[in-house]
Formats: sequence, C-alpha cells, structure tokens
Amino acid sequence: MLELALKGSKKYYGWVAVLLGGISVGFAVYLWQLNFGLGLTGMHRDVSWGFYIAQFTFLVGVAAGGVMVVLPYYLHHYKAFGKITILGEFLAISAITMCLLFIIVDLGQPMRALNVILHPTPKSILFWDMIVLNGYLFLNIIIGWQVLEAERNAVAPPKWLKPFIYLSIPWAVGIHTVTAYLYCGLPGRGFWLTAILAPRFLSSAFAAGPALLILLCLIIRKMTKFDPGKEQIQSLAKIVTYAIIINVFFLLCEVFVVFYSRIPEHMDHLTYLFYGLQGHSALVPWMWTSMSLMGIAIILLLIPSVRANESLLAICCVLVFCGTWIDKGLGMISGGFVPNPLHQVNEYAPTIPELAITLGVYATGFFVLTVLFKIAVTVKEEAAA
Amino acid sequence: MENSRRDFLKIAGISALAVAGAEPVLNAFASEHGEEASKAAGFQKEEKALTAKQWAMVIDTRKFKSAKDLEPIIEVCHKIHNVPDFSKENKRHIIKWIWEEEYKHAFPGDASGFTDERIEHLPFLVLCNHCEEPPCVRACPTKATFKREDGIVLMDFHRCIGCRFCMAACPYGSRSFNFRDPRPFIEERNPQFPTRMKGVVEKCNFCAERLAAGQVPACVEASKGAIAFGDLYDPESEVRKLLKSNYTIRRKAGLGTGPTIYYIV
Repeated sequence: MLELALKGSKKYYGWVAVLLGGISVGFAVYLWQLNFGLGLTGMHRDVSWGFYIAQFTFLVGVAAGGVMVVLPYYLHHYKAFGKITILGEFLAISAITMCLLFIIVDLGQPMRALNVILHPTPKSILFWDMIVLNGYLFLNIIIGWQVLEAERNAVAPPKWLKPFIYLSIPWAVGIHTVTAYLYCGLPGRGFWLTAILAPRFLSSAFAAGPALLILLCLIIRKMTKFDPGKEQIQSLAKIVTYAIIINVFFLLCEVFVVFYSRIPEHMDHLTYLFYGLQGHSALVPWMWTSMSLMGIAIILLLIPSVRANESLLAICCVLVFCGTWIDKGLGMISGGFVPNPLHQVNEYAPTIPELAITLGVYATGFFVLTVLFKIAVTVKEEAAA
Repeated sequence: MENSRRDFLKIAGISALAVAGAEPVLNAFASEHGEEASKAAGFQKEEKALTAKQWAMVIDTRKFKSAKDLEPIIEVCHKIHNVPDFSKENKRHIIKWIWEEEYKHAFPGDASGFTDERIEHLPFLVLCNHCEEPPCVRACPTKATFKREDGIVLMDFHRCIGCRFCMAACPYGSRSFNFRDPRPFIEERNPQFPTRMKGVVEKCNFCAERLAAGQVPACVEASKGAIAFGDLYDPESEVRKLLKSNYTIRRKAGLGTGPTIYYIV
C-alpha cells in the first residue's frame, strides 16, 4: 500500500517538502549536538531533563489518546467509529515515533542506547517504558496495516488480529501509566510524588489526543474526498469534553492536597509554577495561560450549540490542545526540578538549537503522519468510488 | 522457482535458529574462560585493600570554622579524580563531587529562622550519600550505576547511556552530567584515574580506587581528623564509636534512602 503515498497533488508534495526541510534542519542541528554534547541545550545540573523529555511525555499522551476511537468501536460496537479507527491508530504510530526520537536525542550517549536491552534491568521503570512504547508501536503498525489492507481488498480483517486489537486497548493505558511512573516513584521530587500523576496524565491524554484527531478529521474533510463524518466528530467532541473536565478536576485535587497540607516540599513546585519562587517566575504567564485555555475550553464545550458548530469546535480543540501542551510539555518537567533538592532555584529555558532539534522531531512525526494518512485516505476514497 | 526460494528461506531460518540456540553455550564457554583470565590477571582484591560491609562517613562540623577549611578537601578530591572546572566557562555545565552548602540547603526542611548562629553560617560538606537503599541504582536502566558489596554506589562510565534518570532520582543533587567533553577543562590530569567523556553521569565514588590500595578517601585524609571513615556494621569501627557518643544528623533521612554520611553538629 506504500505506493499510495507516492502519488499526490501539488499541495501534498509541497507539504511533504516542507516537512523534509524541517527534518533536514533538525538533523543537521542534531549532528552538532552529537558532536558537542547536550551542553548545546539549556539543561543543567539542576534541571537535568528539559524540553525533549517534556515533549516525549506529552506525545505519549497523544499516542494513548488514539485508544479513544478504538475502544468504543471494538468494545462497545459503536459502529460510527469504524470509519476512523485507522486514523487513531496511525496517529498513535506517528506520536510514538516522535516519543522514541525524543528519547534518543535526549541521550548523552545515544550509541549505547541498546545497553537497555543488553543489560536488562526490570527494576528500572525506563526499561518497562522501552517495552511498552515499542510494543504499542508494533501493535498499532500490525493492526492499522491489516485493517486497512482488508478494507482495500473489501474483505474482513483476519481473525488472528482480534487478540492484538483487544490487547492494544489496555496497552494504551499502560504506556501512559508507565510513563507517569517514571516520575512519580522518585523520592525527593515532591511535585511528581503523587498517586494522581498517572490518572492526570491519562485524562490529559484523552483530551489532547482526540482534540488533535478532530482537527485532523476536519483537515482531511477539507483537503480530500473522504469525510470522517459529522457524527464521529461529535462523539469525539464529547470525549474531549469529559476528558478535559476530568483533567482539570484531577489537577484541582492535586492543588487541594498540596496547598491544604502545606508541606513545603510539595507546595514549592506549584508555587514556583503559578506565582514564582524567590523572584524567579519564567513559567508563571505560561501556566496561567494554560489554565485559562483549559477553563475557557470547558465552558465552551459544555454548551451543546457550540460543540455542534464545527468551526467553534475546532477553536475549542485548539484551546484544549495548547492548554494541555503547556501543562505537560512545558510545566510538568521543569516544574519538578525547580526548586532543586537543595531548595535552590535554578530555572531552565530551552536554547535555539534545542528548539530546532525539537522541531525536527515534530517534522519527522508529521511526515510519518502525512504519509500514513495519505495512504489511509486514498484507500477510503478508492473504496467509496 | 517458488519452491527453491521457499527452501532457501527454510534453510536460512533453521540455521538462524541453530546459531541462536548455540549462543548460550558459546557464552558459557566465553564467561568460564573470562573468569579464569581475570583471575590470572589479578582481578581479585589486593591483600592491603580496605573492606567493609557498608562504608560510612562521620563529618564533625564542629572542627570546621569557615569555607577556607573545606577548600583543600574539595580541591584534592576534584584534582585526583580529574573533575573538570567549568566555573570560568559556563556555570550550566558545572560538575562537582564534593562541595559546600549552607545548612538551610544541605538540610532543607530542617532549617528554621532561629538556627544556632554557628550552624547558620557554617559551611557543610555535601557529597554522594552512598545510600543503603539508593534510588539512583533503582532508576538506572542499564546497571551503569550499582551498589557494590561494600556499600559504595559506583558508576560504570562505559556503560552509562546518559539518560540522567539517576539525576532525577537522587534526592540530594549529588550527581553531575558531562554536558560537553570535560577533558579540555581539567587543569592537571591525574593519569592514575580515568577521565570521562561527554554524555555520561558522574559523582563521588568514596575513593574506591584508594580503598583498593589500602588508603582512606582523599577527603578524609585532607580533613585533618574532621572526617571519620569506616564500616557502619563493625561495632569497633571509628564511625561507630563516634555515632555512639555523638548526636548526628543525616540529610533527608525521612525518605528512607539510608544515607551513610553522618554529621555531628
């Protein structure tokens, strides 16, 4: 089916060229980082994980969000989603690709990455994260490809695929749970040391993932002859609404526990993020923007007529996506490192090379997404014709 | 044509299986041989090597008056371990094995606004706590950082992939990362100890290399009696005697990591 990605309109080629340009720039800067070391980034002794790991964390959520179309279709026989499960699965593939790339660009010695397999260490959560992420990638490649190929040939998907599909549903929850466990099991990092972290990660994932999927559905409808469907988009909108409300609720649970107990080691990080600490407040405007975006999105999404209006819905989805991105892709990681274990404030800001590499990884992910969606949409168009 | 291709694949598959099946046997051979070889090369401990069940340190802060007293201690450690100096270059890339902190930073959470004046302004030496339950060892995905049988938490600089999970896991900020090639920033290289490459984590090693040669850690030697070193599980050791007769505190003992650096205040 890959050949379907090779034939397209001028617009398609132009977009692919833009992405390849982004990939080249990112790759060139990465070679520079490989040569110089991670000193090229804004990370330091105190904030030893930065933008890369934050993007990784956010994108694990986007990948897990794909399950929100798979689950209703396969477990609840919600037929309407049958049309778009492939989009959820292919979105997951591209998101996981970015996650793995973000891990690689964050390694000090990437040539030794296979040490994780050569010296397997089940006590380390990173070992399990490697397993669940790669597993989820393979599950989605197998399932997505088989289902699409069957659709192309106008036959039912092979029977042996069913167990893989059922497995992929808890597995999606697993990838984001394990990713949260990377952080929430560390003593002395009060910001992450909370049992609500994994549920919070999942709720923001189930908001951000389907929000992005709605936007992608609207783009596909505009650019191609395939219509993902009005009902499908409306159902996704309901999922986004529930998930973003639950996400904010979980966040408020955290805020209550932290500020009512007033234990400094837990409170100082949230204080730093939302009010600034010891005169340092780089993230304060970002965090309040994130809260406002999510708050406005909730109010708008709760109004049925707003949700039914697809242009307004699109705006809501942008709000949800940006709000959760700031929360997770900006605040979640550096917030945990500031103040440091010795209660000193050393802030972090990404450097330009760091941002260029990040953009390169995003370009790679969107390239994978573009190619996969092109194949899926062409198959759908052919089937309709 | 189709048949011969299928046969070829079959044979290729079977031979791949055969190689894979033989591998453990080959490995066993290799390791047996390797063990003998390492014995022959004197891989066993030297007779004069110092041994313990769990090495520990007692720092008598009463014997330090100012930061000046700590300088030679920090200097000798960083010098013999080829720790680069980034203080003039880029503070972001700084690497430290042992350094000084104020009481309120060494013991955050314990400090109040009404601390003893001597303690408040006293510089405290901080370093890796060589925890009995080290969270960094739990976090490392490659066993590049590990707890040795004598309790020392060590680093294998050649296995570390630079994921920095251990840095996030350490509740004492005791670990540093080589954000760039450290070698140009080592003033005077000590050929007795390895230098590091960019992209790996490092920290205090309790002078494992000196213990192997029967010497106490360099900081202990340079402290003129202010730092005691010994086996935490030997009732006759110097540290146990000090712990018996003095009130001591440890950094963030409440986290259950079992830090083995004790401070007499």
